[in-house]
Amino acid sequence: MRRPLLRIVLVFALPAVLVGVWWAASAGSEDVYWPPLGTILRTFPEVWTGERWRGDVLPSVLRLAAGYALAAVAGVALGTLVGSRRRVRAVCEPVVEFLRAVPPPVLVPVIMLFAGIGDTMKILVIAGGCVWPVLLNTVEGVRAVDPVMAETARSYGITGVARLRDVVLPSAGPQIFAGLRQALSIGIILMVISEMFAASNGLGFAVVQFQRSFAIPGMWTGILLLGLLGFVLSVLFQLVERRVLGWYHGLRDASRRS
Amino acid sequence: MRGGNAALGAAGLAGFLALGEVVPRLGLVEEDYFPPAGRIAGALGEEVADSAFWTALGDTLTGWALGLAIAVGAGIVVGVILSVVPYLREATASTIEFLRPIPSVALIPLAVLLYGTGLRSVLLLVVYAAFWQVLVQVLYGVRDVDPVAEETARSYGLGTWARIRYVMWPTALPYVMTGVRLAAAVALILAVTAELVIGAPGLGARIAVAQTSQAVPEMYALIVVTGLLGLLINVGARSVERRALAWHQSVRGEVAV
Amino acid sequence: MLDVRGLRKVYEGSGRRTEAVRDLTFTVGAGELVCLVGPSGCGKTTLLKCVGGLLAPTAGEVSLAGRRVEGPPPGLAFVFQEYGRSLFPWMRVGDNVELPLKQKDMGRARRRELVADALASVGLADAAGAYPWQLSGGMQQRVAIARALAYEPEVLLMDEPFAAVDAQTRADLEDLVRRLWRERGITVLFVTHDIDEAVYLGERVIVLSASPTVVREQFEVGLPAERDQVHTRVAPRFAELRTRVYEQIRAAKREASGAVRKDTPPLR
Repeated sequence: MRRPLLRIVLVFALPAVLVGVWWAASAGSEDVYWPPLGTILRTFPEVWTGERWRGDVLPSVLRLAAGYALAAVAGVALGTLVGSRRRVRAVCEPVVEFLRAVPPPVLVPVIMLFAGIGDTMKILVIAGGCVWPVLLNTVEGVRAVDPVMAETARSYGITGVARLRDVVLPSAGPQIFAGLRQALSIGIILMVISEMFAASNGLGFAVVQFQRSFAIPGMWTGILLLGLLGFVLSVLFQLVERRVLGWYHGLRDASRRS
Repeated sequence: MRGGNAALGAAGLAGFLALGEVVPRLGLVEEDYFPPAGRIAGALGEEVADSAFWTALGDTLTGWALGLAIAVGAGIVVGVILSVVPYLREATASTIEFLRPIPSVALIPLAVLLYGTGLRSVLLLVVYAAFWQVLVQVLYGVRDVDPVAEETARSYGLGTWARIRYVMWPTALPYVMTGVRLAAAVALILAVTAELVIGAPGLGARIAVAQTSQAVPEMYALIVVTGLLGLLINVGARSVERRALAWHQSVRGEVAV
Repeated sequence: MLDVRGLRKVYEGSGRRTEAVRDLTFTVGAGELVCLVGPSGCGKTTLLKCVGGLLAPTAGEVSLAGRRVEGPPPGLAFVFQEYGRSLFPWMRVGDNVELPLKQKDMGRARRRELVADALASVGLADAAGAYPWQLSGGMQQRVAIARALAYEPEVLLMDEPFAAVDAQTRADLEDLVRRLWRERGITVLFVTHDIDEAVYLGERVIVLSASPTVVREQFEVGLPAERDQVHTRVAPRFAELRTRVYEQIRAAKREASGAVRKDTPPLR
């Protein structure tokens, strides 16, 4: 009986203490930059009304989703192609190594040249930054398909699409998901800064507006909301990963126990 | 085999550069938006001759290195403390899980208000982003400590400090190195971001200036420089990591970040 | 049924030539159970992969039911030693068994029927919904055998399938192979380094030399078709065969270590 209780205490104790300390330390704060937590929380529902959800949060999230999906599909498709051909891999490797080493935020000015400052630009920026970790991890995963599994598939005549769908991609799955996870944090960064750089709506735009107009509590609510968004997306990602890679976690636990 | 791969890689690179030259020349893309590789190379040559470029490069590297050093130091110290003190790890787990995915770019407005366009703005973003990479790997590494080794050390009466020094640290080191490698890449991204968006002096700010003044070849040249910088950091970090892994018997897959 | 003539396999890599198999000729009749036994590292796996069409021989040829083998032939199933890596961990047991059937032109109902029948044959009727890694090693190898059975092969190739399981499980699996062979009349080519296993299982035993491999000797086992672990293994005939094979293998090893090791044998 004691254990579950202890766990609940351990999970919630520190966050409660931290929020409490923040609350107490900032209560009655006169510093413009550090408004009392109470004020920030009171401002939150005033700022993030239905209008703002529709006008800023939703466009941001949709652009992120579109760019991320584009990157995921392109990264896995290209990665599979490159990974399963040794020569193609050797030809592409240095170029890909260079392209992925370019810090993704510098894509913003480049893609602005081509696509202006609309939604297309932001989606392309997000996709252009997210694609590399997915691509590289897919290449590695596809390349590392277990030779015994590959021979099993071959000896049973499993070739072509079936081989890709039932053998190669699942086997590369854990690695692909590691890439998708890296891509997610890059995607959020790019979503925010593409909006900070040039936009007329979006979360990043709103937060910068608050800061420029010295609406400090509003700015703080924006920061909180961005943090919350990052957290929620990471939880969602974990849920999907647990589902898709359930076999992998089971396999790992099984081999760890033995 | 290796020689063959290198030749193929060189061919790929040459093809990539040739494509960068030919595509704009043929008018497939607007030359104003995507200048031929030759003109980018020319702009790069001019940049290299400009002392302001070197100052910017130095600024970027300073922000990167300082931020990375602080993040690595803090990540290791905090990670070890959390692992050594009983219950601390469990008590902080939920907080870490909550704070880690918060995008550090969310802190940009705060950094601007607090520190303006100074180095400290850059450091705030870099440290916040890189710290979690190191911390999480340290925690993974310490969890990997062989309980038998730990018991043995205890039974021989090794104190806390000696156990950290001789049991925990050697086991965790390869993980720490993985953390440092990931953190180094993230730190560069955030350093350039801070310069680009906030305007802190450095390569990012120079890119922003080139962009607003329509100096497109210069902009591409600077982007190439950031890419080379990233490449150098990746390759360097990977070789350091490999050396740290070389003596470590455990073979493990990449831990998802 | 299965004809191997003048099979030779030389691996070429980074300036080194390694002759794994020198000159192998043997046949396996339809419905026969033949065991190939040889010292460890004698190119048994190479041989089996050539037979299964997974490797192209350097010289010589393999034919299955009169057709030359040039790639994995449809009437042939493979059971690998590494069961853990041969079953796909992302698929449940039933799906693993069913996967190869999806490549064949047959209805869903027929596939289900074959899967259920194969799993029942190996005593795993209840395990269809489990993942392979939830099962013990012996059970996993049973799944691999079921997968081969459901494929309805004419020839079953088994590459040291029981080398990685414990002795008790191994005995059970040996009896399972004997039983399935008798029930289904499949042609089985079973490779092992274990002399007792070869004699206990086979109708005929082919003894291979050390690498580069040739056939040293082959003989009919001549034990009764009904075999069991307790009585067969103490039968005088079993002991006699065992000794003969053992001597052959020891001689093969001696010759191999006595001869000057040459990775690059002179060309013929």
